[in-house]
Amino acid sequence: MQVYLDNNATTMVDPTVVEAMLPYFSEIYGNPNSLHKFGTASHPALRNAINKVYTAIGASDNDDIVFTSCATESNNWVLQSVWIDHIVNGEKNHIVTTEVEHPSVLATCRFLEEQGVKVTYLPVNSEGVVEAHTVKSFITEKTALVSIMWASNETGMVFPIKEIGEICKAKGVLFHTDGVQAVGKIPVNLSEVHVDFMSMSAHKFHGPKGIGALYIKNSQALSPLMHGGAHMGGRRSGTLNVPYIVGMGQAIELATMNMPETMAKIRAKRDRLEDALLELSDTFVVGNRENRTPNTILISIKGVEGEGMLWDLNNGQIGASTGSACASEDLEANTVMLAIGADNELAHTGIRLSLSRFTTDAEVDYTISHFKNAVGRLRNISSSFAIQKPTKGGEVQECELHHH
Amino acid sequence: MAKADMLGASLWDAYSNKVTTLMNNPQHQGEIFEADAESRGHKLIVADFGAESCGDAVRLYWEIDPSNDKIINSKFKSFGCGTAIASSDVMTELCIGKTVQEAVKITNIDVEMALRDTPDVPAVPPQKMHCSVMAYDVIKKAAGLYMGVDAESFETEIIVCECARVSLGTLREVIRLNDLKTVEQITDYTKAGGFCKSCIKPGGHEAREWYLVDILADTRKEMDEEKMKLAADAGAGGKFEEMTLVQQIKAVDAIVDENVRQFLIMDGGDMEVIDIKKGDDYIDIYIRYLGACNGCSSSSTGTLYAIEATLKEKLSSKIRVLPI
Repeated sequence: MQVYLDNNATTMVDPTVVEAMLPYFSEIYGNPNSLHKFGTASHPALRNAINKVYTAIGASDNDDIVFTSCATESNNWVLQSVWIDHIVNGEKNHIVTTEVEHPSVLATCRFLEEQGVKVTYLPVNSEGVVEAHTVKSFITEKTALVSIMWASNETGMVFPIKEIGEICKAKGVLFHTDGVQAVGKIPVNLSEVHVDFMSMSAHKFHGPKGIGALYIKNSQALSPLMHGGAHMGGRRSGTLNVPYIVGMGQAIELATMNMPETMAKIRAKRDRLEDALLELSDTFVVGNRENRTPNTILISIKGVEGEGMLWDLNNGQIGASTGSACASEDLEANTVMLAIGADNELAHTGIRLSLSRFTTDAEVDYTISHFKNAVGRLRNISSSFAIQKPTKGGEVQECELHHH
Repeated sequence: MAKADMLGASLWDAYSNKVTTLMNNPQHQGEIFEADAESRGHKLIVADFGAESCGDAVRLYWEIDPSNDKIINSKFKSFGCGTAIASSDVMTELCIGKTVQEAVKITNIDVEMALRDTPDVPAVPPQKMHCSVMAYDVIKKAAGLYMGVDAESFETEIIVCECARVSLGTLREVIRLNDLKTVEQITDYTKAGGFCKSCIKPGGHEAREWYLVDILADTRKEMDEEKMKLAADAGAGGKFEEMTLVQQIKAVDAIVDENVRQFLIMDGGDMEVIDIKKGDDYIDIYIRYLGACNGCSSSSTGTLYAIEATLKEKLSSKIRVLPI
C-alpha cells in the first residue's frame, strides 16, 4: 500500500477535473481573445469556470477574480503593486504581516524591505495563531497593507480573518489574505468577511498545478504585475490558460460542494489518526482541533529527528512532510515551528500529515501501524533515549537557537 | 546555477548505497554500560556532541583497554537524519581496534570517504557534510575525556558559530581540507552560519568576535601564499625543468597570480594556462586570454612580452609563452 499524506504541499488532480480539462487542449484550442469561432468556442466553459470560482468563495459580481499562474504570483502581485501604488507613488511606508507566512509572502516582504519599506512581522501565540488585537496594535497611519494567511500550511491553524478584516476596514488599511490553505478545506465566504485581496491555488484542492487566482474586492485599483496584451480586463496579461481555468473551476466546485459533510469525513479520519499517534509517549500536536483545518496534523515526536522519520515513512511508501532543519536545503530550522516558540526541539521533530478527501480508512490504519513502528525503531537508535549517561565532562550544554 | 540545479529536492537520491544501507540497518547502534566495561577490566568513555534542540545529536561509547589505550568496542546513539546515523555508524567502525591516540586523527573526510560506494563519488550531497563533521568532533571530545585534556586542546578554543558550536580551528581546517571557497560551502560542511547567521558577517542581530567572511578570506589568503611560496621556492631553486607537469602549472599560476593577473583584471581581462610542453631547447607554455584580453591588440605584443619576461625571470630562461 502507498499512502499520500502531504496534501498541504499538493494534491492529486481529481480524475473528473482532468476529464473536464481534456477537450480544451486539442479540440477547443483557440485563443479566447480571438474574434473567430475557434477563439469564442472556449467562452462558455470559461464563463462557467469563472461562475464556479465566484460561487465557491462567495464573491460578488462587483468583485474581480483574476486567474494567475499560482498563489506565489498572486501574493507577489499584491505586495509589489501595493508597494508601487501606495508607497512609491503614495504616502505610506509600512506593511504588516506575520512570521509564519508562506515564503512567497515573506521573501517578497524581505525584497521590499531592501527597497526601503518598513515591514512588521507579527509573532504567533503558542497555538500558532496571530491574534487580532496584535494586528490592531501594529497598524499605524503609514500602514499600506496587512497581509495575513487564512490558514497555516504547516499547522493547519485558522487565523481570525473576520476580526482582522474588520480592524483593517475600520483603520482604512488594505487587507490581503493568502487563502491557499483555506479554500476547499474550510468555509470561505467573502460576502461575510472583509478582505480586499485573497490569493488561492488550484493544486491545493485537487485541481492542476500552474493555475491560481487573485480575488480583488470591488474591482479596486491594483497595478498589474504582468504587462502585455491586456488580458482579463487588463489586470493580468498572458493568454488565458483555458484548460487549467476550466480545471480550477471544476476542482473548486467539487471541493466546496457539500463541504460540511466532506470535511466531517476527513476530520473523522484525521482525528482517528491523531488520537492513535498521540498514544505514543512524549508526543504532542500543535493547535487545538476546533480551530484547525480538518485535514492537518503537525505532531512532534521526542527523540525522533524529522528527516529520519520521513525516511522511514518513505520506506513504508508513506509521503509526509517535515519542517526539520536537516531536510531543508538551507539548514534553517522551520520558521513556523520556531515562531510557535513552545520548544526548540519541535523545529526538528515535527512531522506534518495532511489528508484529503481521497484518504481511506485502510490508509489511516496502515499509517498508524507503520508510523508507530518507525518511531520505535528510531527511538531505539536515538541518543535522546539512551540510558548510560555521558562520562563526567562529556555532556552537552543545551543548544541555543538564536532566533527572534 | 545551471541546468543541473533547475530541479531541487533530490537530496536522498544523492546518498550512496552505503549511507542508505547503514541508515536502514546501523551495525554499531547501541549502548555499552559502565558496569559491563569495568567487569571486563576496561574503561568506558561516553561523549555527547550536538543536542536535540540543535537538530542533531550523537553519543559515542568507547570501551578502552587501559593497558594499551586500545578501543576494544565502540557503539553510538544518534538523534539525526539518515546521514547522521550512517556517519555515526561508520565512525564507530573506524574507531574499533585503534588506540585513542590513533582515533583522534580520524577526520570528517575519513568518515565521508568510508561512506562512499566508489572513491571518486561523494557519499552525500554538500549540505549533508556537516553530519560527518559531527562525528569528527565527538571523537575529539571522547579522546579529551580519556586523556584528561580539554577536547579543545585538539583544536583552537574559539567558538565562531555558537548555534552549531563550530570552532575557529574546525573552520580553518575544514576550509583547507575541502578547499572551500564560499561561506555557503562552509555552512554546508560545518553548519556554521546555518542558524542565526550572526557569525556570517557583521550586521547580524548579535555582534561576534569572529566572522565567517573574514575567516574564509584569511584562510584563503594563507593557502594562496603557501601555494605561491611553494612554487616560488621550487622556481628559485632552478628546478622548474624537473617539476612534474602539475607542479609546473601550479608554479606558473602562482607567478601569474603574484605578478600579472591583477593588471589583466584591472583591464577587465584574465588568462589561464592551458598546457605546458617540454622540448629540448624550450618549454612552451600555452595560455588562453579571457575577458577583455581576448582580442586586445597588446595581448600579442606588450602584455605577452611582459608575461613571458616575468616567467623567464622567475622560473626558467627556456620558457616561451604561446597564446592560443
